[in-house]
Amino acid sequence: MSTVGGAISGAIRGVRPIASGRNGEHRPGALAFLILLWFALAVAFGVLVTLVVTIIIEGQGQFTLRLFTEFPASSPDRAGARPAILGSIWVIGTTAVMTIPLGVAAAVHLEEFADKKHWFNRLVELNVQNLAAVPSIVYGLLALAFLTMMGVRDKNIVIAGALALSLLILPVIIIATREALRAVPAEIRQGSLALGATPWQTVWRQTLPSSIPGIATGAILALSRAFGEAAPLLVLGALVFVSFDPNGLLSGYTTLPIQIFNWTGRPQEGFHQLAAATSVLLLVVLVAMNGVAILIRNRFQKRW
Amino acid sequence: MTSTVSIPGGPAQPVRPDPHPVSAFQGRPRYGEMAIRLGLRLAAVLTIATTIGILIALAIPSIGFFAEVPVLEFLFGTRWAPRFADSSFGVIPLVTATAWTTVIALLVAVPFGLGAAILLAEYAHPKLRRVLKPVLEVLAGVPTVVYGFFALQFVQGTVLREWLQLPTGAFSVLAAGLVMGVMIIPTIASISEDSMSAVPNALRQGSAALGANRMQTTLRVVFPAALSGIVAAIVLGISRAVGETMIVAIAAGNQARIVAGPLEQGQTMTGFIANAALGDSRVGSIEYDTLFAVGLLLFAITLLINFLSIRFVRRFREAY
Repeated sequence: MSTVGGAISGAIRGVRPIASGRNGEHRPGALAFLILLWFALAVAFGVLVTLVVTIIIEGQGQFTLRLFTEFPASSPDRAGARPAILGSIWVIGTTAVMTIPLGVAAAVHLEEFADKKHWFNRLVELNVQNLAAVPSIVYGLLALAFLTMMGVRDKNIVIAGALALSLLILPVIIIATREALRAVPAEIRQGSLALGATPWQTVWRQTLPSSIPGIATGAILALSRAFGEAAPLLVLGALVFVSFDPNGLLSGYTTLPIQIFNWTGRPQEGFHQLAAATSVLLLVVLVAMNGVAILIRNRFQKRW
Repeated sequence: MTSTVSIPGGPAQPVRPDPHPVSAFQGRPRYGEMAIRLGLRLAAVLTIATTIGILIALAIPSIGFFAEVPVLEFLFGTRWAPRFADSSFGVIPLVTATAWTTVIALLVAVPFGLGAAILLAEYAHPKLRRVLKPVLEVLAGVPTVVYGFFALQFVQGTVLREWLQLPTGAFSVLAAGLVMGVMIIPTIASISEDSMSAVPNALRQGSAALGANRMQTTLRVVFPAALSGIVAAIVLGISRAVGETMIVAIAAGNQARIVAGPLEQGQTMTGFIANAALGDSRVGSIEYDTLFAVGLLLFAITLLINFLSIRFVRRFREAY
């Protein structure tokens, strides 16, 4: 921790200590190690900057209003991402409505009501951790098999995509909500119970309201992950030519990541530029979502 | 972003007394309350149902698949050609491509991720850390399809072919692996940093008092103490690399051949599922079942990695 370094340098500034450790810090080996560490961080950020700069340069010719207003077309000069934008909004909106209540409910059960020593609850807990590490494409296969079993012929519908993404981010939301609930001190609950509130009243009026910032942060981060996800939707056949606005849960759709994938695979350079421009759009949306999440975390999160 | 992903055996949670020792004091039964609690319990049960659903969803078509293709031929066959007239279902070519991209990704992600984690946990001023960590999290938030585009257009097209003049085609496992490594850096950095920050300061102070400098303290005291968390971070990185789809589907190529070198193209397990799903496979056909057989293998591999990590973490965990 830096507090050690701070303590040492503070001691140097004051009374001269018996052993400063100063020479040790300036040994060639130690300096080389520090340089290596900075290099590691610099490479990570360097790649991030390179990625952003290259896609901006590549896509700059296609940053026009057409991207928002036009439908995909066979010629890059007439194509836009309008149905993909609307499709992303439909799918993510549906995912949010489906997942957030379920995830919060499961987390409340595990954190507030469940007997943690009971084998079933321990199984649920272990299972949630495992689900968070399952590859996203497997959730696509799950949704595909489920829809096939239900006899759904056309799987490229908004509700199907939202189902796959919901299952994907459910563990993430459960884990984030549990952390937020855990941060609420036990005294709040005990005070509420002591005043005669029932356990559910305690959860609904005290614990949950106190943990809303943490839940919101986790939920937004999870949704931003779903927003950029393409693999499960690909399995469900979302890679289609959509020349209409998606208008309901049973409507066909395509999303921004799928549209980028589609355009990346075309041979014409113009489509690659469109893919780059759409990537910039996607990144802007995701950075905005992350920014909101971090803002909520820093602004509203209570510290007890 | 990755900070919300909890890993098995991460930083230990403080034990809190049960906040609801209430049952003894309840007067009349509260049916509304019981209904709500039942609802909450059902939501938790849904997570188990998801896992069972995954198992059933993968198993049933796989049974159909293995009725036609012997398991050993699938696992050890060296030719993958499910759509050809003389079809062959040896999964080894897909596995080699996955192994190449995963190993390359780890060669990037482990040193750079751990370096960044050590810098943030042991060296950086708290203020600097507050700025750097969110930026690192942005790196984790970049959609994989954008990484894929970057891998194909810039890393493969510009860096490897134009600048370095390497003898490689339109795709390579190297480009996909390198970019995948960058994608995993924040995962490894974030979790390792958490576990190094959880090492108590007294250990560092003791080390410093014995005359060790910060490098020695980091490598000989903090690093071993945080080993279980670091291993968990790397394992999570491995399972993300194995399961990553879009980068390899875009940049690694789509011909299923045994990959012998990093500059070759190859189709990974996930790449196959993504590509095969594009074509219209009739439900119940062998092509359709193949998707699930490969998916089952993928799921089994990630599950195995995850369980190994949990066991390892339990064994080497240092509790303070």
